[in-house]
Amino acid sequence: MKQKTTTKTSYHIPIGPIHPALKEPVYFEFEIDGERIVDVDVKLGHVHRGIEWASRKRNPIQILYLAERVCGICSYSHPAAFTLAVEDAAGIEIPERAEYLRVIQGELERICSHTLWAGVAAHEIGFDTVLYFTWEIRERALDLTEYLTGNRVTKAIMTIGGIRRDITKDMLPTVTKHLNYLKDNFEKLRHAFLDDKTVKIRSQNVGILTKEDALKLCAVGPTTRASGVKKDVRVDTSYFAYGDLDVDYMTPDVLTGEINGDVYDRIIVRLLEVKQSIDLIEQCLDKMPSGDIIAEPKPAKLLSQLKKASGEGVGRHEAPRGEVIHYVKLNENEDAPYTWKIRAPTYNNILPWIPMLKGEQIADIPIVAASTDPCMSCTNRVAIVQDNNKYELTKEELHRLSIEKTRRLMKQ
Amino acid sequence: MSKKLSPEEIVKYFKDEFKTKIKDVQVRKKSAGSKKKESYSIWMNIDKSIFKPFVKHLCDLQFPHLAVTSGNDLGKTIELIYHFTLGYGTRFGEIVLNVSVELPKSKPEIETICDYIPGALVTEREKQEMLGVKIVGIPDTRRLFLPDDFPEGVYPWRRDETGLEKLYKNLHEVKK
Repeated sequence: MKQKTTTKTSYHIPIGPIHPALKEPVYFEFEIDGERIVDVDVKLGHVHRGIEWASRKRNPIQILYLAERVCGICSYSHPAAFTLAVEDAAGIEIPERAEYLRVIQGELERICSHTLWAGVAAHEIGFDTVLYFTWEIRERALDLTEYLTGNRVTKAIMTIGGIRRDITKDMLPTVTKHLNYLKDNFEKLRHAFLDDKTVKIRSQNVGILTKEDALKLCAVGPTTRASGVKKDVRVDTSYFAYGDLDVDYMTPDVLTGEINGDVYDRIIVRLLEVKQSIDLIEQCLDKMPSGDIIAEPKPAKLLSQLKKASGEGVGRHEAPRGEVIHYVKLNENEDAPYTWKIRAPTYNNILPWIPMLKGEQIADIPIVAASTDPCMSCTNRVAIVQDNNKYELTKEELHRLSIEKTRRLMKQ
Repeated sequence: MSKKLSPEEIVKYFKDEFKTKIKDVQVRKKSAGSKKKESYSIWMNIDKSIFKPFVKHLCDLQFPHLAVTSGNDLGKTIELIYHFTLGYGTRFGEIVLNVSVELPKSKPEIETICDYIPGALVTEREKQEMLGVKIVGIPDTRRLFLPDDFPEGVYPWRRDETGLEKLYKNLHEVKK
């Protein structure tokens, strides 16, 4: 995407880094001819926070909580991939019950994420009633998350060698109640998205990614599956308890019998996956063996075991947006891992944007850009409402507060 | 979609072609869940001279998915690890192929693979700016994540004098 000299008929439009149509900072430069997009350039890095570098002074257990902060929505997937990588490098075996509990948490996150995306997608095409309707349903999934982990978003549930909280027998009725609510409302959700004429007009034959392009550009997750590529870490490999469960690739032809690779197909894939996730959680609750949930409950002992370990490992997990892969290299007698490389799914879904957007109209930019469910990270401004007064904390103020806090902590 | 291959078949396929240029081959087996279903990953070191033919040979076997390239600063050399996956689309058929290439720090150069796998562009651009590796023939030489005003010759993932050490301040040392 080199800068081209503009001819008489085409002109450039910058969109971003901060723009109402984009939920997170990313910069697009479009070359436009009339209403049509001729060429696209994407610039990244506005919220690159150097997390891998920050890990150089932390031990693997501290990194778990750092990994959780890579992304607000995938706050389970990143620690999960990191844990798998460390377990691969250090050769740690985990109890069977923990493997099932890990699946439950992973699938619950997928429900929260996909319904969040569905709401945003409805908003992007100006259908705000569906946004509120979808998020009302999502609220129940968040309640269930809070019930199981103690938190709605950053869950701190994953740990190396197992998982931190069990699901006991007395918790089952509440879990089933929430799951039944989600199941009962799924049909309404499907009807609102897939049978509606307006949604169809806005999403069919828009933002097409061909199967060939999806393969060549190494796309992942629902973006690649909507183009007909059967790629899903949960099915392709055996990790956690997915090997024991009945799970299959969700491609749009499951429902409609055809694959177009457009925005509509991406909606279908995500909705089908919500249903699949509810089913997987039920399978887990059904089949879960009893036993321990963690291999080594004492963190100090675990850390000394990890300090002795040396080797490389790769951890892969199917996050809501696709395959997340972490690489970890451990050296003997070092607290912090020598290298930690994070690769989030959106990283691979950047290049597929270009063929999707080329040839589309300006008005379709928001929905096409949102259709891969991009996840850049979060911005860092804080708004405070106190006694009916609303004010925003500036960067300088935040910095001052952080210094004070750090000094306070150092004195202790 | 893609054919199911066994890890031994893949290792043999490359060993036959490149012989001693491939070292430290390791096949890892990992089982999970109650049924202990297995999946495999392969780790290997290859010589820099066969890198491009290796990727070509790999594409002839089956078009791979390039998950990402990770990198290590090992002191005298820079190690790049290409994480490919093969055989996806079949239940338990996916194999992760981790190919490590070491480049001397005096001449950290490697050929681009964008002509075989166009999706490699993002990760190759990241390796250029983060590790100071020169990707020969890369179609887009610009930076990816680092801002345009970031100093030249500083590579955040390096652990030597070209690393980040001079650029950061400890928050508690900053005077207000």
